[in-house]
Amino acid sequence: MTIAVIVTMAVSLSLLGAGAMTALEVNLAKSSLYNQVEISVFLCTENTQGGRCEEGKGTTAAQRDQIQQTLEANPEVSEVTYESKEVAFEEFQRVFADSPVVDSRTAEDMQDSFRVKLVNPENYAGVVSEAKGLQGVQAVQDLHTVLDPMFKWLSALQWATLTMSALLLLAGALQIGNTIRMAAFTRRREIGIMRLVGASNIYILLPFLLESLVAGLIGIGVAAAALTAGYWFVIVQNAQTSITAIPWIGWGDLATAILVIAAVGVALAVIPTLLATRKYLRI
Amino acid sequence: MITFEDVTKFYPRQERAALRNINLEIAKGEFVFLVGQSGSGKSTFLRLVLREYRATSGTIYVAGKNLATLNQWKVPTLRRQIGTVFQDFRLLPGKTVYENVAFALQVIGRPAKEIRSIVPETLELVGLEGKEDRPSDELSGGEQQRVAIARAFVNRPKILLADEPTGNLDPETSIGIMKLLDRINRADTTVVIATHDSSIVDQMRRRVLELRSGQLVRDQAEGVYGSA
Repeated sequence: MTIAVIVTMAVSLSLLGAGAMTALEVNLAKSSLYNQVEISVFLCTENTQGGRCEEGKGTTAAQRDQIQQTLEANPEVSEVTYESKEVAFEEFQRVFADSPVVDSRTAEDMQDSFRVKLVNPENYAGVVSEAKGLQGVQAVQDLHTVLDPMFKWLSALQWATLTMSALLLLAGALQIGNTIRMAAFTRRREIGIMRLVGASNIYILLPFLLESLVAGLIGIGVAAAALTAGYWFVIVQNAQTSITAIPWIGWGDLATAILVIAAVGVALAVIPTLLATRKYLRI
Repeated sequence: MITFEDVTKFYPRQERAALRNINLEIAKGEFVFLVGQSGSGKSTFLRLVLREYRATSGTIYVAGKNLATLNQWKVPTLRRQIGTVFQDFRLLPGKTVYENVAFALQVIGRPAKEIRSIVPETLELVGLEGKEDRPSDELSGGEQQRVAIARAFVNRPKILLADEPTGNLDPETSIGIMKLLDRINRADTTVVIATHDSSIVDQMRRRVLELRSGQLVRDQAEGVYGSA
């Protein structure tokens, strides 16, 4: 078996494994982030425009009570807390304490808002559209508007990786098929005699299967080593310590990815071999 | 040992039958010549017996097995009971005489000890003692055919099929090969020889089956090549 076959197998399986691990990480981050989703319902001030605001007027106390009651009555809502603009301003000062923008705002620039926690964070759409329809609500924000585009790009990246690995895997399978076909062609005389004297198919097939399996296993080994090294340097050494806001995939997920590439690698070695030798084994 | 019941064989995309409505029976221990011109169906007959092809219709029994219902994975077992010899010998050129014969036993998983005792015995039977270590491609045509016969017979098959075994040999060598096949037949092996070598058929005076355009036109005990 040529080095080319092994290299193609190793690279394609590494990409497949990386794609699988990215997919696992995206799912993990997604469920964790979306489970923390809160909805912020911003109220009008004299300066705000748009939404359900009246020009030049803030939300009245009656409107505010109405909004709070409506939100609390929604069965999807678990908790509603009021955050006044003063509290919001304190939070703003705390977050941007070291930043020059800290002096650019006053409490009057902030908006009163309700922070809404949901029973099931996945069912956010109903609450958002209800809140948007209430008088005195300027804007409704949820984490989805921020996270969705990010995950869209991540999943595009993931699909690109998987597509590339699929193409490379195909190339690897064709290479293995070709190599075995040539080996079987060179030995066609021997194979013919084996069939004639009654050698079993498995006896005839075994040397070819072993040859492609060895190439496959080396490819799997190299890819597994690459994935483990990648996991160690990227996630364990860096991401896990520098980004703590989201959970990171563990050693178990790495093992899953390695199992996936092992299964695909073995299939990629065995199936083309069976197809390539079929002609010589037909009874 | 070999029974054909109304056997017809069509090859794919061919209108004319390679064999048509063949009925015959070859008993255990018989010695049979299968004669006829090229394209008369001799080789098709042998390939049907070897179960390289299935009959289009009719039933074939070989060594007690119905080939139409024989499981695909049992075909190797069937072939271990049939030895086959060809006009072009089909030896492995890189291997010695001994290795060529031993190969047939190795690939069906016979133990090495058994191989070491049976192979020299068989080489002696075919008259190749002392030539075990010669590369097979350095032998004369007659000797190569003896190696091929040794390989076909080394597993002591019930049936020996030969497709034009003397086709590449001169008359004198051919007689030697026929004597060898006769000796194998005396060891209670059923022998079927497809040939259009008239002199050997006339000399041996054994049962003759004649095929013409896929049909069995003659079945004659102690027959000759041309119709009597």
